[in-house]
Amino acid sequence: MSSIIGIPKEIYANEKRVASVPDVVEKLIKLGFEVVVESGAGALANFGDDAYVAAGARIVGSAAELWSSADIVFKVRAPSMDEVAFVKEGATLVSFVWPAQNPDLLQALADRKITVLAMDSVPRMSRAQKMDALSSMANIAGYRAVIEAAHHFGRFFTGQITAAGKVPPAKVFVIGAGVAGLAALGTAVSLGAIVRANDTRPEVGDQIKSMGAEFIPVDYQEEGTGVGGYAKVMSEGFQKAQLETFAKQAKDVDIIITTALIPGKPAPKLITTEMVQSMRPGSVIVDLASEQGGNCELTVPGEVVVRHGVTIIGYTDLPSRLSKQSSTLYATNLLRMTEELAKAKDGTIDVNMEDEVIRGATVIKDGVVTWPPPPPKLSAAPPQAKPAAAAPIAAKKSGHGHGSSGPMPVKTLAIVFGIGALAFWFVGANAPAAFLGHLTVFVLACFVGYMVVWNVTPALHTPLMSVTNAISSIIAIGALVQISPPLEASVSRPGFWIGFLAFIGIILTSINMFGGFAVTRRMLAMFRK
Amino acid sequence: MSASLATVSYIGATILFILSLGGLSNPESSRRGNLYGMIGMGLAVFATVFGPQVTWGGVPWIVMAMAVGGSIGLYAARKVQMTQMPELVALMHSLVGLAACLVGYASYSDTSVVLTGVDKSIHEVEIYVGILIGAVTFSGSLIAFGKLSAKIGGKPLLLPGRHWMNLTGLLVVIWVGRMFLNVETGGGGAFALIVMTIIALAFGVHMVMAIGGADMPVVVSMLNSYSGWAAAATGFMLSNDLLIVTGALVGSSGAILSYIMCRAMNRNFISVIAGGFGTGGGTVVAAADGQPAGEVTPVSALETAELLKDAKNVIIVPGYGMAVAQAQHTVYEITKFLREKGVNVRFGIHPVAGRMPGHMNVLLAEAKVPYDIVMEMDEINDDFPTIDVTMVIGANDIVNPAAQEDPNSPIAGMPVLEVWKSKTSIVMKRSMASGYAGVDNPLFYKENNRMLFGDAKKMLDEVLVALKS
Repeated sequence: MSSIIGIPKEIYANEKRVASVPDVVEKLIKLGFEVVVESGAGALANFGDDAYVAAGARIVGSAAELWSSADIVFKVRAPSMDEVAFVKEGATLVSFVWPAQNPDLLQALADRKITVLAMDSVPRMSRAQKMDALSSMANIAGYRAVIEAAHHFGRFFTGQITAAGKVPPAKVFVIGAGVAGLAALGTAVSLGAIVRANDTRPEVGDQIKSMGAEFIPVDYQEEGTGVGGYAKVMSEGFQKAQLETFAKQAKDVDIIITTALIPGKPAPKLITTEMVQSMRPGSVIVDLASEQGGNCELTVPGEVVVRHGVTIIGYTDLPSRLSKQSSTLYATNLLRMTEELAKAKDGTIDVNMEDEVIRGATVIKDGVVTWPPPPPKLSAAPPQAKPAAAAPIAAKKSGHGHGSSGPMPVKTLAIVFGIGALAFWFVGANAPAAFLGHLTVFVLACFVGYMVVWNVTPALHTPLMSVTNAISSIIAIGALVQISPPLEASVSRPGFWIGFLAFIGIILTSINMFGGFAVTRRMLAMFRK
Repeated sequence: MSASLATVSYIGATILFILSLGGLSNPESSRRGNLYGMIGMGLAVFATVFGPQVTWGGVPWIVMAMAVGGSIGLYAARKVQMTQMPELVALMHSLVGLAACLVGYASYSDTSVVLTGVDKSIHEVEIYVGILIGAVTFSGSLIAFGKLSAKIGGKPLLLPGRHWMNLTGLLVVIWVGRMFLNVETGGGGAFALIVMTIIALAFGVHMVMAIGGADMPVVVSMLNSYSGWAAAATGFMLSNDLLIVTGALVGSSGAILSYIMCRAMNRNFISVIAGGFGTGGGTVVAAADGQPAGEVTPVSALETAELLKDAKNVIIVPGYGMAVAQAQHTVYEITKFLREKGVNVRFGIHPVAGRMPGHMNVLLAEAKVPYDIVMEMDEINDDFPTIDVTMVIGANDIVNPAAQEDPNSPIAGMPVLEVWKSKTSIVMKRSMASGYAGVDNPLFYKENNRMLFGDAKKMLDEVLVALKS
C-alpha cells in the first residue's frame, strides 16, 4: 500500500517557501507515493494549486484535513505546537527541526509517537551532499545577501568610466567562506566588485581564489578546521589577531557580509561597534548569522537598522525572500532523501538506522528521541598529505617535443658515444666496403626519418601510420627483382620455387600498397576546417 | 632502362617518400603528401619492372599479381569503417611481415648469387635477420588484429615465466643462427631457418598476447616500426638502397610513435613490451587502500542537455568508448547544434585515446568535425578552469585525477586531461567498471562530476533530441 505524502502550507510569519514543487511532486508520484497538498501551499512561491494538480497531486482545503490524512509530512520550518497537535500517530515528519535549539519541540514530537527526520541534521558526507538542504539554503542566502546589500548601497558595484566621471568599484569583504560565503563572494564578483574574504580554515583559501576573490589571511598560526569540515572556536590570541585584521578591512571596504557560524554555539562577535563607526557613511553590513545572535554587535535580528550611518541588515529569512528558487532546491533535497528512504520504489519508506546518513538525520524514531547521533566517521575535508605529493608530479610533466627537455648529462652522453664508437669500429674492421655503403645510407635515412616524423602533427598519427604502412610495401621491389632476373645460361636456380614465393610476395605487398594509399587518401579527405 | 636510370629513379622515389612524410605536418599539406607517396611508389615499381633486374618473361606474372593484390587492397580501403582503422592497419602490417619472410626465403633459395667469405656471412646474416623480423611482425600483427577486432580477448595473457620463455627463445635463435652460418651447403641451413621462423612466429604471438588493450596504441605503432625494419633488412639482403632508405624511414617513424605513446602513458617502453598491464593483479591493492569510495551523482540525458544548453564553454573528451559505440556522428550533430547557438565547443584529445595513435582525430574527421576545434592535450589542459561543462565520452584512465593526486596509483605521473577542474564534468559510461588500467577513478566521485550511464550512442541521441526540443 502506498503512503501519502502531505505538503502543508507553511504558517510561520513571512515564510514564503513550500516543501515541494510540482516538478518534484511528479517524481514523488513516480516513486509510488500519493501526494496531497494543502490549498495555497505554494502560492507565495509562485506555484498555484492547479500546477500541483497537473503534476498529479490532490488538493485539500484545510491543514487539519491534510495532517490527518498524510503518512509522511514534508515541511520547511520546524512545526509549531499547533501543528504538532495535528500529526497522525505513527507518521513521519521531514523538515528543519533544529533539535539543539528546540528541546521542547523535540519532546512534544516524541510524545506523538512519530518518526522525525531533521534536514538540518543530515551528516556532512560526500554521499549526503544531494540531501544537504542547509547548503542549498546557504547558497541562496549568500546570493540574496549581496542583492540586499546592493539594494541598500548607494553606488554601483562595478567600476565605470562614464562621461559624467569615474565611478570606483565597490569593495566587499566576506567573513566566513562556507557555502553562503562562497555564494556571496561569487555573486559580488560577478557584479563587478572588488571582493576579499577571510576564513579561519586555511584550506578554503584556494576556493576563495577560485571564485575570483582575494584571500585575506589572519596573521596567526592556528588550524581552524573542526570536526565535519565546520569551523571551531579559536584561541584568544587568534581572535585578537582576527579582530585587528577585520578592523583594518572595515576602514577600507564599503560592504561587509558576515557568515561566521560555529555549530551549536552562538555566533562569534566579529564586527565591533568601533569597526562600524570606522566605516564610511553609506556602507552596508549584511549579517547572515543574525538568527544565532549576529556577527555584528549592532545587528537587530530580522530587521534593517542604520547605525552610525551604516546600514546593518539582519534579515533571518533570506532564503524565503527567494522563495521560488529555495522551494525548488529544498524540494529536490527532500526528493533525494525520499529516494534514500524508499529504495524499493513501491511507495513505502524504510527508516534504515544502519545507514549512516539516515541515522544522522533521524532525530526521533517511533517516538524515541535518537538525537544526537554518534559523531560522523568521515570528514568532508580531503587528507592533507595529497596536495604536497601531487606537486612534484605535476612539475615533471612539462617537457614536450624532442624527447628529453634538457641535454643529456655528460656521463650518459659519453657512454652512449663510447658504445656507438665501439660498434662502428667492430663493423668497420670486419665488413666489406659494399656493406658500408648501405650502412651509411641506412643510418642517414634513420636520422632523416627521425627529423621528419617529429614534425607530424599528433592529429595525423593515424594517417601517418597508414601511409608509412603503404610505403613499407616498397618491399615489393624485393619480390619484383626475384621473379625473373636476367641470368647467364650456366647458372642454375630453383626458378619455380623462387617465382612462386615472389609472386605471393607481390600480391601481399600490392594489397598493402594500393589499400594503404587509398585508405590514407580517404582519411585525409575527411580532415577539413 | 639502364641501371643508372633505375638508380636515379630510386633517388627520386626516396625524395618523394620523405616529402610524403613531411607533408603530414599539417592537414592542409597532408593530401599532397599522400600524392607524393603514390607517385614515389609508382616510380619505384616502374623503374624496377622496366629496369635491368627484371626480364620480360616476368612481366605478365607481375601484372597479374599486382592486379589481384591491388583490387583486394582497394576494395578493403573502400569498405573499411573508420572505427576499424586500427584493425586494418594491424592486418596490413602482417602482410608486410609475411612478404619480408617470403622474400627472405626466396633469396636464400636463390643459388644464382654466389658469394664467399665475409660477403657470404653478411648476406646470410641479412637473410636471417630479415626473416626473423618479418616473422615476428607477421604473427604479432595478426594477434594485434585479432585483439583489436575483438576476435581475441583484450585481456593480457600471462604465461608463467614468460620472460624466461622469451629469453630461451632468443638464445635458441642465436644458437640456430650460428648453426645456419656454419653450414656449408645442403638442407641444414633451411632447417635452421625454419626452426628460427617458428620460434619467431611464436615469439610474436606471445609478445602481443601479453599486452593489455589499453597498450594497443604502443603495440600498433611498434609493429609499424617492425614492418619498416623488415623492409630495411630486405634491402640489405638484396643490396637495394631504396628498400633500406624507405625501411629506415618507416622504422624510425614507428619507433617515434611508440615513444610518444609510451610517454603519453608515462610508461617505460620495455615495461609495455614485457606486458601484463591491466591485469588487475597488482593494481587492485592500490585501488583498495583508501581510494575514493563515495557516491556518484547520476544525471539523465535531459539534464545533460540542460547543462549543455546553459554552458558557454564546452569541451568534449572522447575515448575508445565513443569508437565502440560509433557515436562520433551524434557527437558532431550535438557539436553543430551547440555551435550554432554560440556555445564554444572544442575537443580535447589525449595522445593514447583509442586503440592507435590519432584514432580519435580520424573518427572526428570522419564525422566532419572541423579539425581546428580538435585540440591536443597540451593545448587545452590549461583551459579547463574556464570551462562550464566537460563531456567525457567513453574514456576513463586518460581523465583520472589519481595520476596527479595519488603517487601510489599505478598510473601516477601519466599526463591526463584535467577535466575535474571544469565547473561541471559529465562522464558517459556503460557502468561503474574501471578502465583498462584497472584503476578506480576518483573523478567519478568528485562533487562537480555527473555520471550519465548507458550506451554512448543511445544516450547522446537522447541528449540531441532533448537539445532540439
